[in-house]
Amino acid sequence: MITIVDYDAGNPTSVQRALAALGAESRISPDPEHVRRAERVIFPGVGHAQSAMAVLAQRGLDQALREAFAQGTPILGVCVGAQLSLTRSEEGDTPCLDLVPGNVRRFPPLPRELKVPHMGWNRIEPCGPGHPLLAGVPAQNEFYFVHSYYLEPSDPECVLATCEHGLRFAAAFARANLAALQFHPEKSGPLGLALLDRFTRWSPRC
Amino acid sequence: MLTKRVISCLDVRDGKLAKSIQFQGTIDIGDPVEKAHEYYEAGLDELVFYDITASHEGRGIMLDVVRRVAAQVFIPFSVGGGLRSVSDAGRVLEAGAEKVNYNSGAVERPEVLAEAARAFGVQAVVLSMDVLRTAPTAQLPSGFEVVTHGGRQRRGIDALEWARRAEQLGAGEIVVNSIDADGTRQGYDVALTRQIADAVSLPVIASGGGGECEHLREVLVEGHADAALVASMLHYGSHTVQEIKGYLSQHGLAIRTSPAAFSAMLAK
Repeated sequence: MITIVDYDAGNPTSVQRALAALGAESRISPDPEHVRRAERVIFPGVGHAQSAMAVLAQRGLDQALREAFAQGTPILGVCVGAQLSLTRSEEGDTPCLDLVPGNVRRFPPLPRELKVPHMGWNRIEPCGPGHPLLAGVPAQNEFYFVHSYYLEPSDPECVLATCEHGLRFAAAFARANLAALQFHPEKSGPLGLALLDRFTRWSPRC
Repeated sequence: MLTKRVISCLDVRDGKLAKSIQFQGTIDIGDPVEKAHEYYEAGLDELVFYDITASHEGRGIMLDVVRRVAAQVFIPFSVGGGLRSVSDAGRVLEAGAEKVNYNSGAVERPEVLAEAARAFGVQAVVLSMDVLRTAPTAQLPSGFEVVTHGGRQRRGIDALEWARRAEQLGAGEIVVNSIDADGTRQGYDVALTRQIADAVSLPVIASGGGGECEHLREVLVEGHADAALVASMLHYGSHTVQEIKGYLSQHGLAIRTSPAAFSAMLAK
């Protein structure tokens, strides 16, 4: 059973529908106990970092996520969930969960044709030694992005793939049992589903 | 590099797929969920469902269509038609849509864009505008007028002004639908699309008039659009998603080329 963290940030049901299509059981839950005892956790989200962190704290989900991470539960952060896994976000200058050291930065002013939010289908370039979640992703690929802030993990070694939009940023990073994606696998067609499917079978080595 | 999107618009009436011809009449052409799934598998980038149901009961049918689409189509899609409030939008988003599409509801009460943006984020709010060419006047300096009710009601609002206002209020994207071009299959209104695209910093989706692959290239390149909406080209089978995307790709546009060929990766 996969626990999808419910903290009133966006619509967790789209992740659940994608998992259902893959035959993976999941429950959407605001309960920190469910997160602590989960086999796997998906930490999704769309919205503002500050209000999202406030809800996490209010429900005790921040501590539950830290504990799940410390005890080796496979966790997948998606979009704002990925951002909140880092140390700090420039969105509202918000302290985040700090599961992995790093910052979330606002896109700087870009040339006119490059719009912010970065919204639409863009290509990711896998880098480093390769990670089981991204295994088999072809060079010619596109994933669906919607964001105004980007991931900047402090350790470049943990970046799994980059993406280009005015600047090159981390599209995905991983550390131990946490993997984090800036794009939305649940909205990225068959390729995104394949990635989610890999998460349901991922055994991280910590 | 962000790709240019090819989006299809599906008009739904009483749960059935309908095609309108220059807003004069409609004919039923099948099941919207089946069609949506077919386009998804063919590699379409996004879908728009437009609810043209008149009756109140029909609205419930539409939510059911949205739920069924969301269970099997894993690309973004928006829903519009008759949306007036934030709670209308909430129901549609909860049923599984990614974005909501306001048209005449926003003309009548522009604040609804700001309210929806606050509630769901700008990325979930699309302004759809129907535009008619007219003689430029002091009130309509661009010569493009916002109309509603399928073009029957002129609103005396300049389309460029409306686009800028919508951006300030909180729209995250704008669909520019040319009533003059709609249903003609003679090409998009490139001048209109370009003027709007240059006036705002939001993504602009060109709509109305697509009949050939070249029409899409033209409006994406010369019209500065970020995406192009196609309806009859696909619905009537004169073109396939692959043909359209292949053409755009061959002509140097960044296009999402990854089709539905990842069953191999899924199987591994």
